[in-house]
This record gives sequence, structure tokens and C-alpha cells, in this order.
Amino acid sequence: MATKRTIEVELSTTGLGADGKPQRIPLVSGDTGGLALQAPPALEPELEGEHMLINIGPQHPATHGVLRLVLELDGETVVRCIPHIGYLHCGFEKIGEYRQYNQIIPWTDRDDYLNCIGNNIAFAMGAEKLFGIEITPRCTVLRVVGMELSRIASHLVWMGTTGIDIGAFTPFLWSFQERENIYNLFEGWVGARLTTSASRVGGMAADIPDGWLDGLKAFVRTFPKTLSECDRMLTRNSIWVGRTVGLGVMNPEEALNYGLSGPMLRASGVDYDLRKDFPYLDYETYDFEVPVGVHGDVYDRYLVRMEEMRQSVRIIEQAIARLPDGPVNVDDPRVILPPKHKATSEMESMIHHFKNVMEGPRPAIGESYVAVEAPKGEKGYYMVSDGTAKPVRWRIRPPSFVNLSAIPKMVEGHLLSDVIAINASIDIVMGEIDR
Amino acid sequence: MSGFTVIEAGTAPGLPTPATPKNVPHRGGDANPSAEALKAQFGAAIARVDVVWGETNVTIDSARALDIVRWLHDDPSQSYEYLSDVTAVEFRDRGMPIEMIWHLRSIKYRRFLRLKAPLATGQPLKISSVWSVYKSADWLERECYDMFGIVFEGHPDLRRILLWEQYAEGFPLRKDFPLRGRFSRAEQLRQALAANPEARYSMEELSIADAFQELPLDMRARIRGGESTGE
Repeated sequence: MATKRTIEVELSTTGLGADGKPQRIPLVSGDTGGLALQAPPALEPELEGEHMLINIGPQHPATHGVLRLVLELDGETVVRCIPHIGYLHCGFEKIGEYRQYNQIIPWTDRDDYLNCIGNNIAFAMGAEKLFGIEITPRCTVLRVVGMELSRIASHLVWMGTTGIDIGAFTPFLWSFQERENIYNLFEGWVGARLTTSASRVGGMAADIPDGWLDGLKAFVRTFPKTLSECDRMLTRNSIWVGRTVGLGVMNPEEALNYGLSGPMLRASGVDYDLRKDFPYLDYETYDFEVPVGVHGDVYDRYLVRMEEMRQSVRIIEQAIARLPDGPVNVDDPRVILPPKHKATSEMESMIHHFKNVMEGPRPAIGESYVAVEAPKGEKGYYMVSDGTAKPVRWRIRPPSFVNLSAIPKMVEGHLLSDVIAINASIDIVMGEIDR
Repeated sequence: MSGFTVIEAGTAPGLPTPATPKNVPHRGGDANPSAEALKAQFGAAIARVDVVWGETNVTIDSARALDIVRWLHDDPSQSYEYLSDVTAVEFRDRGMPIEMIWHLRSIKYRRFLRLKAPLATGQPLKISSVWSVYKSADWLERECYDMFGIVFEGHPDLRRILLWEQYAEGFPLRKDFPLRGRFSRAEQLRQALAANPEARYSMEELSIADAFQELPLDMRARIRGGESTGE
């Protein structure tokens, strides 16, 4: 069973190479080897050497939030890039030290707000590790469904907004329509669309309602069609290809050293996915492939994300087929509340409910780091417990933050208009970067 | 245009097939083999090795941190190519030292290792930067400085990252920092209103593009006089 493969789209717009394979389109004409790394010759030599300072953001539609880039330009070529972040800093990690474990889950919605259920589940997994809880089989499968749905939703937003940045408007409408279907499913499951707070320590906020799976099946059936429509719009579109190929190249060694993760790392040719290499939630039992790019440019990041959405659909199909019956929450009175009808009729259950909510469950002394393969990359939650109901330290390992830290390396030497494409390809969420 | 050679994960021979860990004990279990290797290589600089919830913690001497991290990265038998995270922990018990934490991953051997270095109490918080080994440490260490005030020696550009450079209330993730901040709301508002909104660039940024000369005269005078810029 081939589980990993390298993806490469054959572009029909140029001829065949010496090895008989279709060639990729070089970005600029001439003999630059297809890389836009050299600046075009200056048209007005007397202006050469005079640098300009330009500021993008924090309020700019192409910075995907409140990112601010200060660029030093030589003509149109970026000589230097200084990113500024922190405009959205809210002190999540500090607040987490004053909250019980279940009370932190709403904060995980708000760090990477495009991947809410994924964050909720990742946090719950970390807390369950501290409590030594093994979740039920049904919960494991439901969590996989939630994680993959939110991966698709996040990648759809990425595709739509990046399309707009580069000049393609239609995929934005199509992808947001499909994202709407996913959010309708979330709403049916937990009652919220964006900030879901779907998980609890030891299970989920709710089991899926009757008939929900039919909606999921309908989505799984119709979504690949939309995806292939977007694929037809973009993958061989000469404007799209011309604006993405050869930009922001990171080679595999650099990508690892700069700490890139997720599609960014895999597009650079590192065959590494936490779901395969450090599995959780029984991901090793699902049959899916990990797309790996070999050029490390914006175009390969796009290809990797498109393929990941298809693979997520495959995982969801398998999860639907194997979803077992049974309880969704563990039978552990330390963390799980008694049923509501008991809490309102029996004194013991009411005391149990009261103590669980007011004092909160207390994990053993210890620490846990749980990292999941979020849409942006390695999303980690590190928790340290001193035996009280509130963590001593709650640390978010934000993938966007580390990915963005490589942006000076990626944009320097490129044109100003390519900065927008490269920045979009990182798939940043400022809520997660600034926390 | 030929592509890169793909780096595969878990290429070391004899690795077990990765599987979701189940029924992990609170303490004990198999330690990461790198812990033994570290003991053999560094001896007294490795203070303790313990396994908590299946994760290996290696407590090291903070003075040797850079050597140890560099060895883990460079040695082919360890090959920790990936630095996941750099952070610190301060405990509620004020007697306990602040701990530096590094989360390292070996892609080749599929290993995960946590290094801890307690920083001596009652002394300035200082540790050597691992930026020369991992470029990903750049922003992670800046954030750690921003939040805890730990100074990373050898970091190329150690300044605040999430908070603004003139932030005067201290280091927010320290336990002696109140949740609402040190200053009153009125003082915070006063400072926000008094910030100079036209000086949006740091002196460094102004100098790189010779933009200083293009600023209004009064602003140039204020910046020359030592007034900090707004960001």
C-alpha cells in the first residue's frame, strides 16, 4: 500500500523536456532558469541604488489579518522584509493559567479560528493525557471526522482568499459555499458555527444528532465535484501558474531548519506528517496518502493543500463506514458531569455536578505535549499541571507563527507583487500568531 | 526544472511502525534512547531523566544547553533536525526555578524529546540561544524573552515580538504579573493616547532606506532627542 507520494502536475502549456516529461513553466523569460530571483535590469539607471521603504498592513486585505510588513525595495525588488506582529495579542496563555481545563476549550476556538474543532480536540487530547483517560471508540472516530472537516474548511478559506490575492475571484465563491456546508454540519452537531467548543475532557460536548451522518454523506458526495471544478479553474490556469511557480522557494533542509510544518514543509519535499509519523486518534489505521511537493514554491503548496482536501474526504468516508455505536464520553466521574435529569433529581449527582463545575477536575502532577497535524502545520498544546484544577502553564505551539518567521527568507529577492502571493501561501491566521 | 530530493521520515533501519500510544502510564515506561546517549556523552551535565505520560524529559545544566542541543542536531545517531518549540515554565511555588523547555523532534528516527534547563534562582535570567543551530528559534526565543524576560545570549535580534517595544509593564507570563496588567486601566489608556501615531517605523527601519531625511522636521527633532517611536 503506497501511503505517501510525490505530486507533480503535468502542465501542458510548455513542451516536453529532455527526459520526456512535461516541463514546468519558467516564470520569467530569458535564461534565468525559471527562477525570478534576479531583478530585471533597471530601466532608469540613475535611480539605481536608491531604496524605498514601503509599509503593508496592519490594515491591508492581502495580509490576511493584522500582519504588518515593512519592506525595503530596490525598484520593485524586495531587498529586505521586516514583519511586525502582535496587533491581536490577547494573552491566551496567561488567561489559561486562571482557568480550569474545560474552561480553556473556548480559548482554543479563538487561536486558530479557521480550525476550531481541530484545536478543541487537540487541547482535549492533551488534557486527557494529563488525566490518564482513554477515550471511547466512538469518540475517537467522531474526532477524526471533526478534525478532517475543519481541515477542509481551513484549506477552503486558504484557497479562496489566495485566489483573490492573485486575481481569481470565482474559486472564492465556490469554496465559501462548500465551507458553508461544513459550518452547517458543525451547527447541527454542536450548535455553533465558528467558535464551536466541540470537545470536552473525556469526550465531546455532544454526540452527533440523528440524521447528521446523512448530511455528512451528502457533503462527502458533492464536495469532490466542487473541488475538481476549482482544480480546473486554477491548476493549469496560466495566470495562476505564472504567479505561483518558482516563488518563495525553500529547500528541504532549510524548511526543516526554519521549523516549517504542515503543507509548507511537505511542499518543500519533506515527507513528514504527524498523522503518519507520530499518529494519534488511530490515524495509522486509515488508508490515506500524504502529498509531498518537490519544488518548495507557492505552486507546490497549492498542490499539496488541494490533494490534502481529497485525502481528508477519503478519511471521512472511512470514518463514516467504521463509526461504532456506544457512548461518546468516557465513564469517568472525575471529569464527566452526571446526566442532567439526575443532577436535578438526586442530591449526590447534584453535588457531583457542583464540585465538578465549581472546583474542577484535578489531574496528577505532570506535563503533556500533544501535537496534531492541523491545517497550518504542527499544532501543539503543552500543559504543565501541579495537581491543582488549573494548569501552571498552558503553551500553544502555533504553526503559523513559526511558518511566518521564515517570510523574510522567502520574499527577499522577489518582486513586491510576489510578496502577496508568498504571504498568502503561508496560510497564516493572526489569531494563532498573536494569541 | 528538477525538484528537490525528498527527505523521508523514519528512514532509520529497524524502527517500529508508528501507532497511536494507548494506556500510557503516568510515570515510567520506555525512555527515548537519546536520553542514555546524552548521559554517555555529557555525563554530569545531564541532571535527570524521567518519563512522564510517555514523554521523555531530560533535565540538563543550563550552562551546557547550546552544546547539548547542537550535539543532538549534528550527531548522525541522534539527528534531531526539527525544533518544535522553545518555551519556559514558571511554577506557582516561588522557590522553584524557572525552567527553559525545548521540544525537539528527530524526523529520521521518529523521536520526540523534551529538554529542560532550570535557570538559577536569584540571578539574571540568561541562557545561550540555539538560533545558530535552528533558525526556527528566532521568533520562539523572542517570544520567550517578551513573555518571561529570559535573555538569550547569541540571539541576533532579541527584542519584543508580540508586545510593542516600549511596553513598560514587565513580562506578562511571569507569576508575579497580575492578570489585568501592572498599570491601571486609566494609565494604560493614557499611554495609548499619548503614543505618537506618526512615528510608525523603528530607527533601524528608517535608516535602512534613508527615510529619516524625509520625515517632517518636528518629528526628526523629536526622534533625535531620544523620543521612542510609536511601535
